[in-house]
Amino acid sequence: MKGEGPLLGWHDPDEQRKWVRDNKPRRMTDKRLALGQAVSKFVKDGDLLAMGGFGHVRVSMASIYEMIRQKKRNITLSGKTATHDCDLLLSSGVVNKIEVAYSFGHELRGLSPASRRMVEQGRVQVLGEVSNAGIQWRFKAAAMGLPFLPARVMLGSETFTKSSSLVIKDPFSGKNLLLMPACYPDVSFVHVHRCDRFGNSQIDGVSIMDFDLARAARRLVVTTEKVVDDDVIRNEPSKTMIPFYCVDAVVEVPYGSHPANMPFLYYSDEDHIGEWLNVSRTDAGTEQYFQKYVYGAKDFQGYLELVGGQKKMDRLKEIELLKAQTTAPWAE
Amino acid sequence: MIPLQKQSFSPVEQMASATSKIIEDGATVLTGSGLPMIAMALALRTRTPNVTIIFEAGGIAPQIPVLPISVSDSRTFHRAIMATSLDCVMSTAQQGYVDYGMLGAAQIDAYGNINTTAIGPYQRPKARLPGSGGGNDVGSLCWKTIIIMQQDKKRFSRKLDFLTTPGYLDGPGARERAGLPEGTGPYRVVTQLGVMGFDDATKRMKLLAVHPGVSVDDVRANTEFDLIIPSEVSMTSLPTPEEIRLLHEEIDPSHFVVR
Repeated sequence: MKGEGPLLGWHDPDEQRKWVRDNKPRRMTDKRLALGQAVSKFVKDGDLLAMGGFGHVRVSMASIYEMIRQKKRNITLSGKTATHDCDLLLSSGVVNKIEVAYSFGHELRGLSPASRRMVEQGRVQVLGEVSNAGIQWRFKAAAMGLPFLPARVMLGSETFTKSSSLVIKDPFSGKNLLLMPACYPDVSFVHVHRCDRFGNSQIDGVSIMDFDLARAARRLVVTTEKVVDDDVIRNEPSKTMIPFYCVDAVVEVPYGSHPANMPFLYYSDEDHIGEWLNVSRTDAGTEQYFQKYVYGAKDFQGYLELVGGQKKMDRLKEIELLKAQTTAPWAE
Repeated sequence: MIPLQKQSFSPVEQMASATSKIIEDGATVLTGSGLPMIAMALALRTRTPNVTIIFEAGGIAPQIPVLPISVSDSRTFHRAIMATSLDCVMSTAQQGYVDYGMLGAAQIDAYGNINTTAIGPYQRPKARLPGSGGGNDVGSLCWKTIIIMQQDKKRFSRKLDFLTTPGYLDGPGARERAGLPEGTGPYRVVTQLGVMGFDDATKRMKLLAVHPGVSVDDVRANTEFDLIIPSEVSMTSLPTPEEIRLLHEEIDPSHFVVR
């Protein structure tokens, strides 16, 4: 039994091994790039894009804003619990196709007016469905260099029917079993707490899918709160989540997850997300948002100034550290 | 005793209170944010202090300071015993370590199958919803699934617009035939009207209890499919003043969800 969804980002394992041999870095070289350069170099028309993080947490939002600023188009998004990132990418026209695990929602804040509108009006095409464990294990299969991984989810559901999975008879137990095809995104952006100039990266708190995603992605840009000295990594090697050979570029972007949460550093900016949820109810409001915060800002630093600058960042740090209570404009 | 001035409760208060009484102490619970999280926070502070909360993004046994907004935000692994990955959490559930899973839903049918994907035709939905997220995984892998949702005729539907997460599919044995782990499935459905379970023989939804002030007819009138109504239907207890205080002052002081 086969799901009817298209097989996105799959490669024959031997073809992928050769791609890795011929394209991925082997030497520890300084990979630091400006954000604009990294986005223009590694995001290509027609790419399958997967963002690190989850929901409104540890997402490389700086690179999302840059993709919009550079007017990237015709991108397919892996909607792996993609919330604010998904909303902006769809409504700005960067993404026109999506595979959905969780998308078009803002978690506790409600549904996304902008990206729902894009789908309900047929302006963005939903290619298929998958579950969160499903997409995680697609990346894991890729990270293991395998064509697929078996799993016991999605069975019996229409999430399976609309997926690119297969159901077979397990040769050992004789029971029905789902096969999750490997997924190698063409490009991924993962935001980390710190890395060295080679890309050896540490993440504090939950890693979500990023251990596997970093290994699955053909091209990986690490955006980081801070580029640290090589010794910081070497002094605690057990904390390295992503090794240099997976990394194609390193971009230092303090507050690069804003308005999403960066665990231990700053909480999500609910004022800004609330503003977005409010203005994005109409196409005109959505366009005004992009004019103001993306095209109206020279770069991410300019965007940070527009959303409240250092004073706002200090406030979000207080909230993160439980010294102040967050606002919740969307709850009123 | 309930003070006289507080004899009616909001649906959120009533549902959180009822849900907090379902799980036994010492159980492991995979939960999302929102109402399920509020119910578990209440359970931890009242009857079942030794419940282990697990969040899909990797937070295990956090000591949650305030209600998380995202299923992965800092609060979901605040003072946790481990901050790990979605792979680790879902593998743990697939191994059989997770007793309860908590879900929300836009639509449910008589077998506890749920829809969180689309209302209307899939290709051009009237309302596009977020999709499975971790819902299908929770409903597939946890031993017992608890669903918390609003009850009305559209939501308690004879035929789902999309089957996102499996309940008992089309009856006894169907989950196992599909390849899902044996002995798993929906256990309770908590709504603003009462608490439902599932009939052992037919795996169809059955009314267990109504909230105070709700009649069996109210429940029937808000269910499109044939709900099994046993001869004896019990009544849930009213939230206590202490539960109300915990919900408003400690668990959701910013009132994201608690009203």
